[in-house]
Amino acid sequence: MTDTETTRLDRRRVLLGGLSALGAAGLSLAVPSAPSRAEDRSDRVATKARIVVAGAGAAGLASAARLAQRLDGAEIILIDKRRAHYYQPGFTLIAAGLQPPSYAVSQTRDYIPGGASLIEEAVAEIDPVGKTVVTESGRAVPYDFLVVATGLDLDYGAIPGMDVTRIGTNGLGSVYAGPDAAAATYAAMSRFAETGGAGLFLRPATEMKCAGAPLKYTFITDDVLRRRGNRGKAELTYNAQNATLFSVPIVSEKVRMLFQDRGVKVNYSHVLSAIDLQRRIATFASPGGQVQMPYDFINVIPPMRAPAVVRASALAWQSGPFAADGWMEVERDTLRHRRFPDVFGVGDVAGVPKGKTAASVKWQVPVAIDHLVAGITGRPSAARYNGYTSCPLITRIGQAMLVEFDYDNNLTPSFPGIIAPLEELWISWVMKEIALKPTYLAMLRGKA
Amino acid sequence: MKDLDPAILFSVLQEILGGLFWPLVAGALLAGLAFLVVLVRDRRLVSDRFLMSELIGLAGGVFAIWLAFVVTDSNFADIGGPIDWVLLIVLFALGGVGGTLCAYLLLALVRPQRVGGA
Ligand SMILES: Cc1cc2nc3c(=O)[nH]c(=O)nc-3n(C[C@H](O)[C@H](O)[C@H](O)COP(=O)(O)OP(=O)(O)OC[C@H]3O[C@@H](n4cnc5c(N)ncnc54)[C@H](O)[C@@H]3O)c2cc1C
Repeated sequence: MTDTETTRLDRRRVLLGGLSALGAAGLSLAVPSAPSRAEDRSDRVATKARIVVAGAGAAGLASAARLAQRLDGAEIILIDKRRAHYYQPGFTLIAAGLQPPSYAVSQTRDYIPGGASLIEEAVAEIDPVGKTVVTESGRAVPYDFLVVATGLDLDYGAIPGMDVTRIGTNGLGSVYAGPDAAAATYAAMSRFAETGGAGLFLRPATEMKCAGAPLKYTFITDDVLRRRGNRGKAELTYNAQNATLFSVPIVSEKVRMLFQDRGVKVNYSHVLSAIDLQRRIATFASPGGQVQMPYDFINVIPPMRAPAVVRASALAWQSGPFAADGWMEVERDTLRHRRFPDVFGVGDVAGVPKGKTAASVKWQVPVAIDHLVAGITGRPSAARYNGYTSCPLITRIGQAMLVEFDYDNNLTPSFPGIIAPLEELWISWVMKEIALKPTYLAMLRGKA
Repeated sequence: MKDLDPAILFSVLQEILGGLFWPLVAGALLAGLAFLVVLVRDRRLVSDRFLMSELIGLAGGVFAIWLAFVVTDSNFADIGGPIDWVLLIVLFALGGVGGTLCAYLLLALVRPQRVGGA
């Protein structure tokens, strides 16, 4: 290596090292201390238990990695049909035109930990009484412990007139539908940023993953319009599903002020009920009845529910606020099923308030796995999940607010007194862009 | 109930740099070592050479900040609160120290004869 090379590489190393040290709080570098102690290699638990992990997304892969670290001799079986792994927080950057679709795509196989196996099929049935899951080909897989990590279903079908194949055309965007749809959404938004007109933003009335994402995309669109000098040609409207802009009151209030500052008009209690893609008219259910709104660009975010296999199983909530969409009935501080103690629900599928982010997965998995391992050893576990949820709320390209909170709507900043959660900061943006994906990938490997 | 785990920092850093990680670590160690070797060889810090490297180091600081903006699709207008200025200063300092060190090495290699005349 020549000295010039050393100079260049050395500077990069120094620079990135500094950034990553400061960064990664979007997925919070802090870890619950009890489980991390127990993960000492010397503490590995010998067992012949058969553990099935349904779903190999963020929560499923992270769970398998932790199980492989902590158990010796266990049979760990992941079941997921999708071969591609999606780093979904990257969808927002793709839809901002900053990354290509490939940024969010990798292969599930690359993250399967040693000692675990993968069945490339969908789970078609879960029988928690018979302690068996059945795959779509009819293969029965019995288990001693089950971790359900099937994420959630995007229910585009619930919006009459919606057609995901038309995302990217005629002003239709939808960041959530996948990496290619996110890129197509950018194409549509970019055209809108040239022509101007009416931009419509919204969120569903159901629980949703990353509740900040609809807000982020409103801010990003505003920013792109300004950069092109066309903000004056556009009117942006955000239709909130209830009387707030965010479930955490102090954050909701901050977003209200920012929307006012950016000239984004807000309607409360407006829920998308139908869309006419040809005529570009969206219909919203509101307290005053159905309201039709013409648009030149819209970011459709569909209702979200537990996957059908969970909704149809005995694992879903039978009553209460999480029953209608079939979220899993788990204890909110341990993620253990309330009626079937050998079953855990982690990630988006869990029927708990808050918690539907990759950052939450990072906190949930060590807790759930600690309780599962405690179930094997017979020792109690003190690990608790407090509802930690985080979402770097992008307020323009180059700035974000590092919003972190818990079940009780408390802000839980990773760097209190250093990085203000409700301030638009460059450092929070830098974290989102540089450190979030590496932290996420390290989490999949059980290293973060 | 939180603690910052150095092992996590390490694996995140590894994930950020990917295949570059170990070559960079090796490069940095080598540069550090070479600097020591040069110091021992010259038996002192050659002051005019050091002054020159410090000037080049300033450029290194500016380069580090520029690189951070390029890599993160942002610019000076995005500096929001005090912590952003702190990050900028840290970046400048790191780039400056790295640049100075490397420049000193380079000059020592290019003009080793001038050692006695300082
Ligand atoms: C646009 C967008 C932006 C986001 N931004 C952020 C952010 O900034 N920060 C953040 O922390 N989080 C963010 N998130 C949320 C984050 O991506 C999710 O919360 C996280 O991926 C949840 O992990 P999971 O394992 O529960 O679900 P997923 O990662 O979705 O994985 C679910 C897996 O289950 C599989 N599966 C489904 N049904 C079955 C079945 N029947 N049988 C077998 N397998 C099945 C699927 O194939 C998939 O692989 C964002 C999400 C989106 C869409």
